[in-house]
Amino acid sequence: MSMTELEKKIELIKEISGSDPYKCMRCGKCTASCPAYSEMDIKPHQFASYIIRGDLDELVESKAAWKCLGCFACIERCPRDVQPGKLVDATRQIVARQRGGDYLQPEEVPELLTEDLPQQLLVSAFRRYRR
Amino acid sequence: MKYSYYPGCTLKNKAQDLDKYARSSALALGFELVEIPEWQCCGGVYPLGSDEIATKLSSVRALNYAKEQGQDLITLCSACHHVLKRVNDDMKNVEDIRTRANNYCGFEEAYAGETKVLHFLEVLRDVIGFDELAKKVVNPLEGKKIGAYYGCLTLRPGKILDFDDPENPKIMEDFIRALGAEPVIYSMRNECCGGYTSLKDPEFTKQRTEQIFDDSTGFGADCLITACPLCMFNLNKSDAKTKVPVYYFTELLAEALGVKEGA
Repeated sequence: MSMTELEKKIELIKEISGSDPYKCMRCGKCTASCPAYSEMDIKPHQFASYIIRGDLDELVESKAAWKCLGCFACIERCPRDVQPGKLVDATRQIVARQRGGDYLQPEEVPELLTEDLPQQLLVSAFRRYRR
Repeated sequence: MKYSYYPGCTLKNKAQDLDKYARSSALALGFELVEIPEWQCCGGVYPLGSDEIATKLSSVRALNYAKEQGQDLITLCSACHHVLKRVNDDMKNVEDIRTRANNYCGFEEAYAGETKVLHFLEVLRDVIGFDELAKKVVNPLEGKKIGAYYGCLTLRPGKILDFDDPENPKIMEDFIRALGAEPVIYSMRNECCGGYTSLKDPEFTKQRTEQIFDDSTGFGADCLITACPLCMFNLNKSDAKTKVPVYYFTELLAEALGVKEGA
């Protein structure tokens, strides 16, 4: 039996994230911990459900993954070890690995620079906003 | 005592204070930071994807260099500390990453996470000892009420970074006490400042840093300390009415040890 495109994508998210969305009990602790939840259209605790249901197009079109700060609060606090931040990051990776999927273009950078802007900010933004 | 030292990109540029006060303080405390030659940028963010290899190689090379010197590896920047410790954990415990990284690097002997990675604060706590540090203080920072701003990268995930209790840390508070000042405990000390999103969304990080200043000063802090150049930047950009000065922890250390001038 061959896998559908959807099943392949779900497997890819599970593989990249190393996380099992089926373990999620939807307690919401991740969203309650998330400093960026107010910026997200799909909240951290909803990622597992979207993946299980196969609503990947909505996830991929959402800007939520780009709003994740990578602070690891949800990863630290998840009582089921689903570590939602890993599902969020795998979604981001799937978008960024597609052609034209980057959220930051090098051409944008010069006008964003300030005199005191640390290199750490630039390298981190490039790693989070691009593949 | 000599350590392999990984300064990282920002400590060579916008965060030179974090670096130079650490070097002078280390000498005053009897250890030396020997910079790893030809270190490469860690990338600032640990690549979470389980299939990410190339993005981890710069860390692997630095870790292997320290192993060849037979030295522990010291970091100062929160981001470098986070990335190097986690890549080291991968090299020790994740066979797929270890195999592929070693195939790529081609070291004479395969690297398997042998190097011990320490944050500078861990050296103060675990090697020097805060009691011994306190004895070497010549300018105690008496009367100062200091809020430790941990942020996220030094603490989480707690099981891998093994730096301190990620929900109730005390290493920076013990450090503050050793310098003769009073630590201020506040709830936002281990919450994120907004990190890299300040590049494209500075208004959001301003909301975050306002909460951090409001919270810390509400508990009486007259300044904050950090180990992270990005936290420093975001906090400095804040428009909070409650804004107070932010220092790298190494600057106050050098001041207390009497080695700030000429550092």
